[in-house]
Amino acid sequence: MIGLVLQDLPAAGGRGRDLVHLSDEALLSLVASSDDDALAELYDRFGGVAYGLALRILHDEALAQDAVQEAFLSVWRTADRFLAERARASTWILTLVHRRAVDLVRREDRRRGEPLEAAPEPEARETVEEEATLGFQRRVVQEALRRLPPDQREAIELGYYGGLTQSQLAERLGQPLGTVKSRTFTGLARLRELLAQAGLEESFSN
Amino acid sequence: MANDVHALVGPYALDTLDRAEEQSFEEHLALCERCREELASLREAAASLAYGAPQAVPPPDLKVRILTQARAERPNVVPLRRRRSWTAPLAAAAAVAAVAAVVLGIWAASLQNSQDPFETVLSKPGSRLVSMGAAGGVAVAPDGTAVLAVAVPPAPADKTYEAWVIEAGKAKPAGLFSGRAGTSIVEIPRRVPSGSVVAVTLERKGGVRQPTSKPLAQSEKVTT
Repeated sequence: MIGLVLQDLPAAGGRGRDLVHLSDEALLSLVASSDDDALAELYDRFGGVAYGLALRILHDEALAQDAVQEAFLSVWRTADRFLAERARASTWILTLVHRRAVDLVRREDRRRGEPLEAAPEPEARETVEEEATLGFQRRVVQEALRRLPPDQREAIELGYYGGLTQSQLAERLGQPLGTVKSRTFTGLARLRELLAQAGLEESFSN
Repeated sequence: MANDVHALVGPYALDTLDRAEEQSFEEHLALCERCREELASLREAAASLAYGAPQAVPPPDLKVRILTQARAERPNVVPLRRRRSWTAPLAAAAAVAAVAAVVLGIWAASLQNSQDPFETVLSKPGSRLVSMGAAGGVAVAPDGTAVLAVAVPPAPADKTYEAWVIEAGKAKPAGLFSGRAGTSIVEIPRRVPSGSVVAVTLERKGGVRQPTSKPLAQSEKVTT
């Protein structure tokens, strides 16, 4: 339940409160009332995947840290607006992270005068523990991507992980803009189905 | 398809429009319920892609930097603390105006559980307690800051209470809450201007953009 009923909440301010059992949405409600323990807990849950994403997009550790920091500060400043978003808290947070990273990569691209060559994906370095949790989610996403038609997969990957705009994609792929837009749409819609089939949404909602 | 503005919901969900295109699509989005529905589920799919990136471990000081910065700019929100005394705000409230006894009754009962936000608004000079009839009331400060005190039972599992600020016939969403035995205290996240009305409806879980049912409680017109 997203609702913020203040008197239902435990007294805030104490260190080391046990927030682990709260849902992501409940934590966001607490963040909206300036509870920094709740922000810390959200960071513990999503900081790793956020940093992995930012690093994938930016290929630069300092820039990736900037992106994650700005995104979590956006969460802090605007958590009260989340109620209107009709989304999962995780979706909202990761959308903010992606947005910050993409803003930074586009700024870098402009500075260099051309888009970064979309680098090949680095080798995964996963510990045993990550293998068990994030590793599983990663494999499901990778498998869903693999099952997309290649032209759709290319548009999705270059767009999402490469930070390319639709016009840049059209140029890169040598395709009309309309074709690229429609590949992006059908690819993402197909990905949605594949992820739903894999039951991934369930495993992400925990 | 290529020229269909609706199809832009895909590129938008994937965050691959440039910021100018994005803005013009958002104007469309504001008017198109179909696209908003589509966007919600496409965004979930797009955000899942984050998990497809290689796992990386952020440096430990990143968390510290984020929390330090967050604390430094902590917004001016009332912290939730044990109240010191519940008699002073009662007196302050009594001085506010002629207040419906039922409102005070509900409020006083709720004080035992500590209600700083409500108290804080009421204690601002020039603030008003606007009656919502038997259901409760709204404390409104002259700057439009408002806190709702309303007695509604816990909402069914698939429902939520939604607060609204209604101005010139237009209802704007003003927060979700779950209800409880006793009085729920809800900070209104938007300004409540003079001439507006605050209302509460029961809606489907997750909330809605416009009320779909008659208000369970509705305030008198706010005058500040």
